[in-house]
Amino acid sequence: MPTAIAASWVEACAADAIDEEDVIRFDHAGRTFAIYRSPDDDYFATDGLCTHEKVHLADGLVMDTIIECPKHNGRFDYTTGKAKGAPVCVDLKTYPVRVEGGKVLIGLD
Amino acid sequence: MTERIVIVGAGEAGARAALALRENGFAGAIALVGEEAHLPYERPPLSKAALIDGDAPRPATILTEERLAEHGIDHVAGASALAIDRAAHRLTLQDRDPLPYDRLLIATGARARRLAVPGAGPDNVHYLRSFGEAEALRRRLSPGSRLVVIGGGFIGLELAAAARARGAEATVIEMAPRLLGRAVPADLAAVIAARHAAEGVAIIIGAAIERIETLPDGRHRVVLAGRDPVDGDTIVAGIGAVPEAALAAEAGLALDNGIAVDTHLATSDPDIFAAGDCCSFPHALYGGRRLRLEAWRNAQDHGNAAAKSMLGLGEPYAAVPWFWSDHYDLTLQIAGLPDEGAVTVSRPLAGDARLDFHLAGDGRLVGASAVGPNGAIAREVRLAEMLIGRRASPDPASLADPAVKLKSLMV
Ligand SMILES: Cc1cc2nc3c(=O)[nH]c(=O)nc-3n(C[C@H](O)[C@H](O)[C@H](O)COP(=O)(O)OP(=O)(O)OC[C@H]3O[C@@H](n4cnc5c(N)ncnc54)[C@H](O)[C@@H]3O)c2cc1C
Ligand code: FES
Repeated sequence: MPTAIAASWVEACAADAIDEEDVIRFDHAGRTFAIYRSPDDDYFATDGLCTHEKVHLADGLVMDTIIECPKHNGRFDYTTGKAKGAPVCVDLKTYPVRVEGGKVLIGLD
Repeated sequence: MTERIVIVGAGEAGARAALALRENGFAGAIALVGEEAHLPYERPPLSKAALIDGDAPRPATILTEERLAEHGIDHVAGASALAIDRAAHRLTLQDRDPLPYDRLLIATGARARRLAVPGAGPDNVHYLRSFGEAEALRRRLSPGSRLVVIGGGFIGLELAAAARARGAEATVIEMAPRLLGRAVPADLAAVIAARHAAEGVAIIIGAAIERIETLPDGRHRVVLAGRDPVDGDTIVAGIGAVPEAALAAEAGLALDNGIAVDTHLATSDPDIFAAGDCCSFPHALYGGRRLRLEAWRNAQDHGNAAAKSMLGLGEPYAAVPWFWSDHYDLTLQIAGLPDEGAVTVSRPLAGDARLDFHLAGDGRLVGASAVGPNGAIAREVRLAEMLIGRRASPDPASLADPAVKLKSLMV
C-alpha cells in the first residue's frame, strides 16, 4: 500500500458497500475517485478517471488486482496505479486507505 | 537469426508491434516506416473528439519521441515504401536508401473507398481516414453549415453526430435499406438510427446516387434517382475501406480480401508477416473462418501477435473480435461475431440500454452486442467477451435474467 502521508482522511463508504473483487465510484469536493475491494479483502483507492480519455473507471471490471477501463479496456494495477496495457501508458494516482469501524476512509493530500 | 525487423505502416498495428517486439525481448534493430509525417496516432478520435473538442486538436499519439527513444525504435516518418525486394530482403523507399530486413511486417492499414459516381472528385468529395483530413473537415463544420454524408456506416454516423455537436446540419444518405450494414444486428442499428433522427440528422435510406454536381454558389449537390437532390457545403463519403495491399500484391504474396495470412499472421513468404486492417486471417474461434477486421483493438492484438510470431513465440490467433462506436452519449459495443448466431437472447438493462447475446445452433455463445451509455453496457460486454473466448455455452435463461451476474457464469 502507498505510504503517502495524508493530510486528511475522508469517509468514502461502508466497507460492505463494495463487493469482493469490485469497485465503486466516490465523488468528493469536486473530485472523483475509484475505491476497490480486492479478492483478498483489502481496500484501495485511485483517481476515478482513466488516464486515456477521462472515463469513470468504476464502470469497469475488476479482475484480481487489475481494473479494466470500460471504454477501451486499458488496464491498471489498482494496488500501485501502474498502467498495464494498451492504450493506457500514464499511471493512475493512488491514495492511502484505512478501514475503521466498518467504514472505508481514504487519505487525501 | 533475426537481427533487423522492418515494420511498414506506422499506425495502430505497426506501433503496437514495435513495442511488443521489445516487450518480448527482441534486442535487434527495429525500423518503423510510415508515410505520414506525424508520430503514430490513434484513428478512432478522428471522427469523434478531434472534430468536436477543444480549439486546436492534436493527434492522440501512440508512441511519443521519448518512448521511441527509450525502446530504441527508429521511426522513419514521411517515408513511402515503394516495393518489397523479397530475394534481396529489402524494402525500397521513395527518396531514401532501401532498408534491409530479416523479418518484415506489413501494417499498411486500409484507405477510404472512393465514391465512383459521375462528377465526384477531390474538389467536392471529402474522406476521413487521416488526421489531416479530420482537421480539414473540422474547419468546414461551422455552425449553420450543411454536411452531407454518403454512407450510413460507423464513420459517417459519427461524423454526423460531430456535425450536430458543432451546430452544423447533417444529412446521411445510405444506399442499403438500413443503417450500419450486416455487422450490426438490426435492433441495435434501429436504436442508433432513432437517436440520430432525434438529434436532427436527416437520414435517407435505400437511395441510389446518380451524380455529384457543384452549384454556381460553390455548394455541392448529391443527385438521387427518383428523389429530391440533397445540397450541402461539404460532402463526405464514408462508404467503407479498401485494404492497402499494393506492396504485397506487387511482391507476389498471396491475397484474399487484403493480404492473406495464416493463423500466425505469416504471409505466403515466411519472412513477411501482416497485421491490422490490411490483412485477412483465419480465426481459430470461428472454425478458421477467414476475416478481415477494421477495428482498433484487432489492430493492437494483431500487432502484439505478429511481434511474437516474428520472434518464433507465436500462437494461433484467437482474440475475440471487439468493436465500439460512439454516438452522442450512446456507445455501441460488439464482441465476437453476432452473424454467427442462430438465436438471440436479450438481457434487460437499466434505462434505454440494450444487450443481446448471440448463440450458435449448438448453444455456444458466439457474439454479444449492446448499445447504451458506456457505463451501463461495458462490463457486461466485457464479461460476454470472456465467455465467448472460452467457447462457453451459458444457459440462455441465465443470460436473459438480469439478477444472474454474468461473472457467476464464468467458472
Ligand atoms: C475515422 C475513423 C474512426 C474509427 N473509429 C473506430 C472506432 O470507434 N472503433 C474501432 O474499433 N475502430 C475504429 N476505427 C478503425 C481503426 O482505427 C483501425 O482499425 C486501425 O487504425 C487499423 O490499424 P492499422 O495499423 O491496421 O492501420 P492504420 O491505422 O490505417 O495505419 C496504417 C499506416 O500505414 C501507412 N502506410 C500505408 N501504406 C504505406 C506505404 N506504402 N509506406 C509507408 N506507410 C504506409 C498509412 O499512412 C498509415 O499511417 C476508426 C478508423 C477511422 C479511420
Ligand atoms: S478511456 Fe480508458 S482506455 Fe481509453
